[in-house]
Amino acid sequence: MEITLSIITGLMILGALYAIHAKDLLSAVIACGIVGYGLVICFLLLKAPDLAIVQIVVETISLIIMVAVVLDSSRQELFSKPDIQGYVSSITAILLIVVLFYFFKISIETLDAFGQGTLRMATHYIEGATDKTGSANLVTGVIFDFRGYDTLGEATVLITAVLGVLTILRIKGKK
Amino acid sequence: MKGMTLIVKKTTQLLAGLIFLYGIYVVIHGHLTPGGGFAGGVLIAGSFILLILANGSDFMKLTKEETGSTLYENLAILVAVFLALSGLLFGAKTFFLNWLPKGTLGEIVSAGMIPLYNIFIGIEVAASILSIFLALVIFKEETSE
Amino acid sequence: MIPYLLCFILFLTGLYGVITRRNLVKIAISLSIMEFSIFLLFALIGYVEGGVAPIVDPADPVKTYVDPLPQAMVLTAIVIGLATTAMLMAVIIRIYRKYGTFDIREIKNLRG
Repeated sequence: MEITLSIITGLMILGALYAIHAKDLLSAVIACGIVGYGLVICFLLLKAPDLAIVQIVVETISLIIMVAVVLDSSRQELFSKPDIQGYVSSITAILLIVVLFYFFKISIETLDAFGQGTLRMATHYIEGATDKTGSANLVTGVIFDFRGYDTLGEATVLITAVLGVLTILRIKGKK
Repeated sequence: MKGMTLIVKKTTQLLAGLIFLYGIYVVIHGHLTPGGGFAGGVLIAGSFILLILANGSDFMKLTKEETGSTLYENLAILVAVFLALSGLLFGAKTFFLNWLPKGTLGEIVSAGMIPLYNIFIGIEVAASILSIFLALVIFKEETSE
Repeated sequence: MIPYLLCFILFLTGLYGVITRRNLVKIAISLSIMEFSIFLLFALIGYVEGGVAPIVDPADPVKTYVDPLPQAMVLTAIVIGLATTAMLMAVIIRIYRKYGTFDIREIKNLRG
């Protein structure tokens, strides 16, 4: 289980590295799809079928939007000559990465081992869920009954995003 | 924008209805099987997006105006908020209460108000994704008149 | 510990892309990669060895389920990530129409 997850995450890292360094913008967008669809396989291995369904459809829509933006413009990344400002930002990035990795390695010692986490909060949700909510799908019961405010907030974020997109592109309505 | 070749048009003619039906199935059985409002809503939007991409916007007569998809989205979220407010009238008189009878585990008509929430959130998510797609892919520029 | 470390390396790859790239589309792709790594971290924390998916079967009750609480959080976060990416793409389309380039240094140099 750990070995399979590590191999798939390693492939996702390779895909992400290629997506950052690709010369053609269309190849970079499709390599972003490698990370998204690899995540679907990771969700299926971690016994989360709800998340796998949502991630696969949302990743397809996101790829459609990005490809439509890229195809409508010039597809090449022309600038690749390194200069002073490029070197400064690369060194800053590497320093930041080393510092963050060191602190993450320290803070992970306090977590339990992979797969042996204690369900301290979730025991209350699992035990009474089928009596209190009446739904067989525990994740749907948690979303709509125990944590309904999060769902309401998410619907509001979607509506605000539609409003924002229509305002930025200045799409006028019917006259 | 132009449509695609004849093979793609005929294949989407067969497939779009099946995808729409599968999206409705995932929304309605949200409290029994994996899925729910969000996954089913994006699937329903996906069937419409497939039809628009295969036939081209000239054929579907999408002019540079706002279509009716934002109307459905606003109506669906309004009904969902009214359903949540109706918990103030029954039962323990709190906001967002699950006040319908729970029923037996495993039936379609069970779990109180959760299937109703699934349906309206599904309609809202489908209309949102369709509006975002239409605005970003079809109506790209501002109307300059 | 190895899955947690690899997941954080994916996050650091996205962070490197946001800091050092000059093309706007590459910055948007790197932001999306950072979001994916956080979803993976949440799903990893909620996993229980020997548990089944959190769907209750009325015929045979099971003792151990996988934690449903991080899955509910990630479900909300995936849809919000799509909304953020869509708005970022709208801003990128407007910038390309006005300035004709995706490079952030040339956009900074042009004033008005």
